[in-house]
Amino acid sequence: MYGYDIFSQALIYLLATVISVPLARKLGLGSVLGYLLAGVLIGPFALGLVGRQSPEVIHFAEFGVVLLLFIIGLELEPSLLWKMRRYVFGLGGLQVATTTVVIGLAAWLFGFKPHQSVAIGLILSLSSTAIVLQTLSEKGLLKNLAGRYSFSVLLFQDLLVIPILALLPVLASFNDTPVAGTLIKRPGQVAHVADMTAWIQLLVIVGVMTGIYFAGRFIARHIFRYVAESGIRELFTATALLMVIGIALAMEKVGLSPALGTFIAGVVLAENEYRHELETTVIPFKGLLLGLFFITVGASINLSLLFEKLATITGFVTLLILIKLTILYFLGKTFGLKFGRETLFAFALSQAGEFGFILVTFSNQNQIFNFQTTELMLIVISLSMAFTPLMLILFEKQIEPYYIKKRDREVPDDIKDQDHSVIIAGFGRFGLVVGRLLIANGFKVTILDSNPANVAVLRKYGFKLYYGDVTRPEMLEAAGAAQARLIILSMAEYDEAVKIAASIQKKYPNLKIAARTRDIYHTFQFYNLGIHMVQRESFNSALELGAKALHYLGFTRYQAYRASRTFKHHEEAVLAELYQHWQEDESRIIREARLFSEELDDIMQAEHRFSIHETDYAWDITSIRKEAKEDL
Amino acid sequence: MNKILILFAHPALHKSRVNIRLTEAIKWLNGITFNDLYENYPDFYIDIKKEQRLLTEHDVVVWHHPFYWYSCPALLKEWIDLVLEHNFAYGREGKALVGKKILSVISTGGAAEVYSETGKNRFPISQFLIPFRQTAGLCGMEYLPPFVVHGSHLLTPPEIEHYAAQYTLLIKGLRDGLFTTQQIEHAVYLNELV
Repeated sequence: MYGYDIFSQALIYLLATVISVPLARKLGLGSVLGYLLAGVLIGPFALGLVGRQSPEVIHFAEFGVVLLLFIIGLELEPSLLWKMRRYVFGLGGLQVATTTVVIGLAAWLFGFKPHQSVAIGLILSLSSTAIVLQTLSEKGLLKNLAGRYSFSVLLFQDLLVIPILALLPVLASFNDTPVAGTLIKRPGQVAHVADMTAWIQLLVIVGVMTGIYFAGRFIARHIFRYVAESGIRELFTATALLMVIGIALAMEKVGLSPALGTFIAGVVLAENEYRHELETTVIPFKGLLLGLFFITVGASINLSLLFEKLATITGFVTLLILIKLTILYFLGKTFGLKFGRETLFAFALSQAGEFGFILVTFSNQNQIFNFQTTELMLIVISLSMAFTPLMLILFEKQIEPYYIKKRDREVPDDIKDQDHSVIIAGFGRFGLVVGRLLIANGFKVTILDSNPANVAVLRKYGFKLYYGDVTRPEMLEAAGAAQARLIILSMAEYDEAVKIAASIQKKYPNLKIAARTRDIYHTFQFYNLGIHMVQRESFNSALELGAKALHYLGFTRYQAYRASRTFKHHEEAVLAELYQHWQEDESRIIREARLFSEELDDIMQAEHRFSIHETDYAWDITSIRKEAKEDL
Repeated sequence: MNKILILFAHPALHKSRVNIRLTEAIKWLNGITFNDLYENYPDFYIDIKKEQRLLTEHDVVVWHHPFYWYSCPALLKEWIDLVLEHNFAYGREGKALVGKKILSVISTGGAAEVYSETGKNRFPISQFLIPFRQTAGLCGMEYLPPFVVHGSHLLTPPEIEHYAAQYTLLIKGLRDGLFTTQQIEHAVYLNELV
C-alpha cells in the first residue's frame, strides 16, 4: 500500500534522526554530522532500512536547502547584500576559477581527458551551501566576517550552477565516441531553458524576478495582514509555505535555481513587518527537510565501494580538501581576512557540494563520465561533505585557541560588532510610551506585537514593528534576544509575562528584563525572580490625577506636586514591607489570585504602620517663629 | 581618622570632563562616603532623615560641585534648604553639626586671574563663597578654605590628572589629619597644601 510505504519510510527517517542527532550534539559533533551518520546507518550499504533514494525523496529533501536560503535571505539586510557584491563576484569568481584550473590540471595528470578534466574541475570547485550554512549558523559564526565571506562565495556558486549545466553538453561534444542523439533531460532542471532561445529566456527570467520583487514589496504585506487578522495560526503557516513553494516552482520553470529564487524573495521580504513571524513559521520545516537532505547524502555513500578502493578514495578526498583549503586560505588573506578568520573561511568551504550530485549525474547522462568515474566522483563528494563538520570541530578545538591567544595580544575587542538593541514585547498603550521615549533618545528598538491592526497602523508612522506572538520562544530568538541588552515586557498578558521572564532568564541569562505589572502581587512575582525593574501600569498616572485634584481643592501646584511625590516614596516603603510579609506567608500561592479588595486591605493595614513624615519641615517656620517670640 | 562625607552635585555628569575625573579619583578611598545627590534624588525628593543621619556620622563634609552662576547647582541648594533643619543644624536645640569641618570643592570656567578686583568677575572666590561660609557658621561648623579648579574649559587631560591627584592628596590628608590648623588658616585655596 502506497500510504503505508510513506509512513514506514517516515518512521525510519524520524527514528534515525531522533536517535542519532541528539547523540551527535552531545558528543559535540553538531547536528549535520548526526544526520549524515544516521543516513549512513540506515542506508543500503549498512542496515539497508532504506533503499537507494528515489529521485522524489531527494528532490523533496532538496527543498530543505531552498527553505534555508529563504531564511538566510530574510535575515540579511539588503544594504549588506549590496556591500557584499565585491566578495560575491570578486572572491567567488576567483575561487571558482582558480579551483577549477588547479583541480582540472590534477585530473588531467591522473589521466583524464581535457574536457573531462574541465568538468571535474568545475564540479568540484563548488562547495556545499547546505552543510556550510547550517554548520556555521549552528555555531553562531554566520555573522562573523569569515561567515559572510563564505556566504558570498556560496551565493556566487549557486548562481553558477545553471551556466555549468548549460556548458556540460558542450563539453560532451568533445567526446571521442559520438554523443548519443538526444540528451537525457533531468525533469525540471534544464529542459525548459534549453528549449527557449536565449533572449526570450532572459526576458522570462527578468520578468519572474521583477514579479517576485513587486509581489514581495507591495502585495505580500496585505496578504499576510489579511491572513494574520483571521487569527488562525496554521493559516499563516500555509500561506508562508504556499509562497515559498510557489516561488521555487516558478524558478524551476524558467530554469533558475529555486534556492536562488527564494533567497531573493527572502531579501525582499526582510523589510516586511511579518518577517519575524514568517521566519518562525518556516524554521521547523527548514530544519526537518534539511535533516532529511543530510540523511539522503549519508545514505548515498557507497560503503562497499569505499572499502573496495579505500586507498584511492581517501587519497582523492584528501587531495581535494587540500587543494581547496590552500586556494581558499590565500584568497581569504588577499581579501583581508585576519586573525584566523582566513583559516575558518578555508576550513568551512573545503568540501564539494550537493550541486555536484546533480552535475555528476548529468555529466554521466551526457556520457562525459563513465559509470566508474561517476561512482567515484559521487563518493568523493559525499565524503568531503561529511568531513566538513569534523574539520570545523578541528578548527574550533585546535586552531582557534592559538589565534585567540595571538589576537588578544594584538588588538582590543571590537565593540562595534555587538548589537545594542532593546526588545519591546507588547506595543499597546503602555509599550508605545516606553518605545517612543527610547526611540526619541536614539536607541535601537525591536518591537513585537501580536495585534495585526496595531502593527499596520504604527508601521504607517515609520515604527520598526514586527507582528508575532511573543509567548513563542522562537519569536524571541528571531528578534535577537541573544544579542539584545534589554527586553521590556510591556504586554497586557500579565501571567504570560511572568512565565516568559522566567524562561528568558534560563535561556538568555545575560539579557536584562524590565516589566509592566498589574498590581502589587504581580509585582512580587517579578521580585521573586530577582527582577526589580518593574512598574505598576496605573500607579503613576493615578498619582498625577490625584495631584491635579489636590490643586483644584486648594493646594498650590507645587504643594500638590510635592504631596504626590511624598506619597509615591511612602508607597515604595509600604511595598517593601508588604513584600516581606508576602514572602513569609505560606499561603501566598493562593493569594496570588486574590481580589483587589484584599490587596486593598493589605495596603491599608501597612499604611497605618507608617506616618507620613513632614518632609518639607524646613519650609515650615512654626518652630522658628516660636523661638523668635521667646527670645523677645 | 576623620570620616569624610562628599556631597557631590552635578546635573550633567555625562558631559563633564573635570569633575568626573575628580570624583573617580576619590570615591573609593577608605573612610570616604560618596553621596551623588543628582544620582540619588533625580526628582529632587531628598530623603531628609537619611541625609541628617549621614551628617551626624561624619567629621568632615565636602560640598563638591561645579560653580554655577557664582553658586551651586539647584539640587545642592535644595539640600541646604531642607536638610539643615531648624533644631537640627541650627536654633536653640540644633547642635548636631557643631565642631565639624566643612569645605567647598568647586570647578570654574574662568581662570584664577578673572576672580580678582581687577578681573572680569570683580571679586575673589572667597567673596562669592560667603553664603556657604556663613551657612556653615550658623551651624557651628568650621568652614575651611576651598579647593578650586580654575579654567576648567581649557584644561588638557594631563592637567586634569594633576588636579585629580591633588584632590586625592587633599582628601587623604584631611582624613588622616595631616594638616595643621595654622597651615589651613594661612591658605587661600587648599590646593596650596598638596
